[in-house]
Amino acid sequence: MKTVYMDYASASPVDPRVSEAMLPYVSERFGNPSSIHYVGAETREAIENGRQQVTDLINAERPGEIVFTSGATESINMALKGVAYRNADKGKNLITTTIEHMSVLNTAKSLTTKGFNVTFVPVDSFGFVDPASIEAAITKDTTLVSVTYANGEVGTVQAIREIGKVARDHGAYMHVDGVPAVGRMAVDVRSENIDLMSMSSNDICGPKGVGALYIRKGVKIEPLIHGGGQERGLRSGSENVPGIVGFGKAAELARKEMTGESARLKAFRDRMIRGIGSRTKGAILNGHPDKRAPNNVNFRFNYIEGEALILRLNDLGIAAATSSACSSKTLEPSHVLRGMGVPAEEAQGTLLLTTGRWTTEKDVDYVLENVPGVVDLLRKMSPLTPETEV
Amino acid sequence: MYTDRCMDHFRNPRNVGTIKDPDGVGRVGNPVCGDMMEIQIKVKDEVISDIKFRTFGCGAAIATSSMITELANGKTIEEALRITRGDVANALEGLPPIKMHCSNLAADALHAAIEDYYKRKGIKIEPRKKESVEEHEHAAGS
Repeated sequence: MKTVYMDYASASPVDPRVSEAMLPYVSERFGNPSSIHYVGAETREAIENGRQQVTDLINAERPGEIVFTSGATESINMALKGVAYRNADKGKNLITTTIEHMSVLNTAKSLTTKGFNVTFVPVDSFGFVDPASIEAAITKDTTLVSVTYANGEVGTVQAIREIGKVARDHGAYMHVDGVPAVGRMAVDVRSENIDLMSMSSNDICGPKGVGALYIRKGVKIEPLIHGGGQERGLRSGSENVPGIVGFGKAAELARKEMTGESARLKAFRDRMIRGIGSRTKGAILNGHPDKRAPNNVNFRFNYIEGEALILRLNDLGIAAATSSACSSKTLEPSHVLRGMGVPAEEAQGTLLLTTGRWTTEKDVDYVLENVPGVVDLLRKMSPLTPETEV
Repeated sequence: MYTDRCMDHFRNPRNVGTIKDPDGVGRVGNPVCGDMMEIQIKVKDEVISDIKFRTFGCGAAIATSSMITELANGKTIEEALRITRGDVANALEGLPPIKMHCSNLAADALHAAIEDYYKRKGIKIEPRKKESVEEHEHAAGS
């Protein structure tokens, strides 16, 4: 059976060039980067090389602005809590949006139990955050504005530069959840007014269990993890050397191959959006048609439910995702779609296809051949489908 | 996540569709929650002689709907009324715990169809006692 993997947003295969670069650091190069001797020196060099590679990917000014973490969730926790705690004397308000990843929303909610208040700014029906609504929400009490570069679910790309300017003009820091965008789009922390940015290695075909937080020089932040003072005292704990080496290599590859790769995925994306939209009954595109991450396709189909859709596609060898209530741990439909004003009953039949480095034209063909039939079959089984639409 | 038996019913659902001139129709669930089922029955001499379903919902919702049509077909109305959510889950060799509450609505849909059948005949019946959540979980052996 043909297999097609279109769930890169959940997990990406590690590039063989990355795993090859990591291998020596998994076995013979085992030293602790903090050790003075030559065994430590070689791993110290390796992590500094990785730091440079991540620095170059996002056009940071200096490698010292990159702090390695265990992944984007930790980076996001560090950005939100670290800035809130360290700047509490200046103010106790944070601003974010209603459609952020759960690691942002739940971190923000936890801060509200610690004396901070959070403003959740709404988005439009495309999932777009109007910089003016950030401006309207910001107060002198605001220390941080946090917005995702491109929404992980519906792909909508935000006006980061403008929002960053609003934050800066009001003396607040701008944190960007860069996970769905970094390595796929030309993210530039300097020209886009970004003060902090969370990143994940696995999202750019690097290993799992490693990520980073970009912290612009001069940003005041408190560490979450205390200990031996690694990462300039901002993130203690002996470094995940193989992970950092792999993340660095993945960043280098993403940077070198971005232009061609982004155009290739964009062509796939637009073919799928056109193809699914025209061939499938009751298909509505979620998110913005143009201001969209290059690898994101997200549809909703009325009268059907997403988990059944994913199970049927799985039987055909297609690995994809949904955000229906039934497929979530909370049994709630996607907060992103709800935030965009989609009614709960319409937010059930969603299909999220995310592509990446090993997606081929044939994969796209196969998806286009199979999705309409599966949707149709489930619609025929549904008591909600009107007779006229069967 | 799902048992082989559950996946079999999901992949090859039995008795999908509608009945011409049904004797009873039951609809339960709510699309807002992501599950809605409809059961239609034909009754001959107090025996369910035909049964069909249509379901909007997840794998468990479709599999339980399919299973209940097998469990109820050919049963007397009295017997069919005794089929519980737990029986459906057991017949599928268990359901994931999270699916026990929201998606295991097939028995309710069948009972609603029978109530509709009685109503059409002008027979008054006692409202059915709701099964407790613990009962299902126990019945599913989860």
